[in-house]
Amino acid sequence: MLRLVLSRLVSLAVTLLFVSLAIFLILEVLPGDPAAIMLGTAAREDTLAALRQELGLDQPALLRYLEWIGGILHGDLGTSITYKMPVSTLVAERMAVTLPLSLLAILISTLLALPLGVAAAARRDGAVDRAVLVFSQLGVAVPNFWIGLIFILFFSTWLGWFPAGGFPGWENGVAPALQALLLPAVALALPQAAVLTRVTRSATLEVIGADFVRTARAKGVDRSATLRRHVVPNALIPVTTILGLQLSFFFGGAILVENVFNLPGLGRLAYQALNQRDLVVIKDIVLIFSGLVIVVNFLVDIGYAILDPRLRSRA
Amino acid sequence: MSKRFLAAALLLSVSFAPAYAAKTSLVVGMPIEPPGLDPTVAAPVAIREVTWANLYEGLVRIDRNGKVQPLLAKSWEISPDGLTYTFRLQEGVKFHDGTTFDSADVKFAFDRARAPTSTNAQKQIFAPIDAIETPDPQTVVIKLKETSGNFLYYLGWGDAVIVAPETAENNKANPVGTGPFKFKSWTRGDRVELTRNPDYWQKDKIKLDSVTFRFISDAQAQVAALRAGDVDAFPNLGAPELFTEFQKDKRFSAVAGNTEGEIVAGMNNAKKPFDDVRVRRALMHAIDRKALIEGAYSGFGQPIGSFFSPNNPAFVDMTSVIPYDTAKAKALLAEAGYGNGLSITIKSPQMAYASRSAELIAAMLSEVGVDMKIIPTEFPAKWIEEVFKNKDYDVTIVAHTEPLDIDIFARDNYYFNYKNDKFKALIAEAAKTTDEKARYAKYAEAQKILAEDVPALFLFQLPKLGVWNAKLKGMWENSPVPANDVTEVSWTE
Repeated sequence: MLRLVLSRLVSLAVTLLFVSLAIFLILEVLPGDPAAIMLGTAAREDTLAALRQELGLDQPALLRYLEWIGGILHGDLGTSITYKMPVSTLVAERMAVTLPLSLLAILISTLLALPLGVAAAARRDGAVDRAVLVFSQLGVAVPNFWIGLIFILFFSTWLGWFPAGGFPGWENGVAPALQALLLPAVALALPQAAVLTRVTRSATLEVIGADFVRTARAKGVDRSATLRRHVVPNALIPVTTILGLQLSFFFGGAILVENVFNLPGLGRLAYQALNQRDLVVIKDIVLIFSGLVIVVNFLVDIGYAILDPRLRSRA
Repeated sequence: MSKRFLAAALLLSVSFAPAYAAKTSLVVGMPIEPPGLDPTVAAPVAIREVTWANLYEGLVRIDRNGKVQPLLAKSWEISPDGLTYTFRLQEGVKFHDGTTFDSADVKFAFDRARAPTSTNAQKQIFAPIDAIETPDPQTVVIKLKETSGNFLYYLGWGDAVIVAPETAENNKANPVGTGPFKFKSWTRGDRVELTRNPDYWQKDKIKLDSVTFRFISDAQAQVAALRAGDVDAFPNLGAPELFTEFQKDKRFSAVAGNTEGEIVAGMNNAKKPFDDVRVRRALMHAIDRKALIEGAYSGFGQPIGSFFSPNNPAFVDMTSVIPYDTAKAKALLAEAGYGNGLSITIKSPQMAYASRSAELIAAMLSEVGVDMKIIPTEFPAKWIEEVFKNKDYDVTIVAHTEPLDIDIFARDNYYFNYKNDKFKALIAEAAKTTDEKARYAKYAEAQKILAEDVPALFLFQLPKLGVWNAKLKGMWENSPVPANDVTEVSWTE
């Protein structure tokens, strides 16, 4: 187990280093001069030069890369070009929205998908199975931002139960903050829940058909106990894989949903920074997103080992 | 003890305030969040839309009709030769940090803006300044190198607001000005909150206690926020197709006004075939401005035939100089040697007005045998690089939002690659002319030259589609300067 964790950790670090280099190189060739964007079309050449110098853009590329990586290793993410404040503060502020939003969405999606998927598989072609099939078809077909718009029209504009967007901040209480996050989280969760339901259903069906399940039933274990003790734990392995993959979709999907619900999250910060060519912020956010996905995959790998004793001995 | 009692009494009076007492808070929606809150070091319009006149003040201000009015300078004299401006400053003015405003602050602000290390986006405003003298705390004397007809007007812009030496460095994140509202908080990505400045020098005029600017980029979300009452006013709604619904709704005032933004399809005048005025005129003749406005902006927006804002007193309507006439367009193209057709490209940024206009223009040009291919580009980053800096384009389309910017056609090396010595001389003369009537006449002549020479296809004035609660009064209908000036706003009940 320890060897597994260590080898995975090393590959994690190497991957991150390559990712950082890729991000830097892509931004180097991306057209757009932050100084020209900041100062507009009326700016004079000397003014532009003054700003470029102030921003350190006149330094050679290698030096800027090393400064960036060196800063990160010391916990310094640099200063945003547009906001003129530490990126770490900006990211922390935005994480306070995106992280709870994503976690809430994962929670909703999992709580919906697992029971539905198992229930559908338990009685194949039954009424529940058919209903679940319709739900998952719809969920896969409809994009999350559209669901968001419909939610706003129905729950906010028409019923007035939820704010039409925006975020009051955690400092004004947990309840209003959760209220602002609930609709976007559901909008974000539904399409992923649909995928997860299908995976859970087919994984469960596969295990139900396995020999050991028949054996258990033959030995007199009742239906629900078989499901609980033998089927679900085995079905969880492919489900965990999909859930791990979906985490990156949650962060990506957050960009669209944050825009529709006007939430000040990390996704919108990334979008805005890209538009303004706030290179410092873009580099950091892309690295953080990549880092999160890499770390999540690492955790999923470890998760397999916990869920499946067979993997532990093999490693 | 008495303080606590007072606070309790205040709290009670607030919570039991009679239902008919007028509201004193305002939530204004904006499509774009400003990058920083210092208009003296960056160009974006959004910075001015939060801070101008609300947070910072200049020596003068531009009013809702585009006229120059006294502000921090209560009066001024201009010497007969037009080279010396003597400003008398308001007394008893304080910055939000409690320091006193006087002539030294004016000198500091303007010297900072024209210094070699300055990053002021409109540094040319300060170019005519030779020296700034402060004979006493209430007097500022500005000596110019050459006369400048628009000098006072420019001093009303956001780029020329007065900032204090103690705080200027931090204004981007923690702005300190002399305005009626002071900075309270900035929840990045969501809102900027301003609160009443209790020491404001003309505080009796201000009706609001707090102003919140909320940033909502998605047009659907803007409409939802207005309908749900989360936002009281959207001075510049993003979606023209949704504006008409607000016009029918009695709860809202929906006012279509003008901005300072001229939407033009700039042409690369140094490149074939755009170096031939007959081709440029032909393309202009091929465009039905009314149909374009209908399709691209739901019918809102005033057609323009030259490059001047209808808000400006010197504006002359030039749309009839080269009217929509496809027969003439074809004839001119044939005369220029393109009777058998012409293939060109347009670099069109992602803004809805631009991409929709580009499609309509392409359709109109195909009627006269011109095949225009649309190449999408990204504004501002890619556009500035490709079109503005490298001039790697045939035709492009953007709105030029700075007020009084006709001089861009006189600038060397500007992206139009347009060279007209007569026009250049005229603009230089107009800039120096201090007599208002004479200056307006020169601007009229300059507008005529552009209308006839068509260095860019002049399309329409970007409208300002304002929607706000019907009980609000004092909102600006037009924006003669980029601003959301709420200093005269109040609730009627």
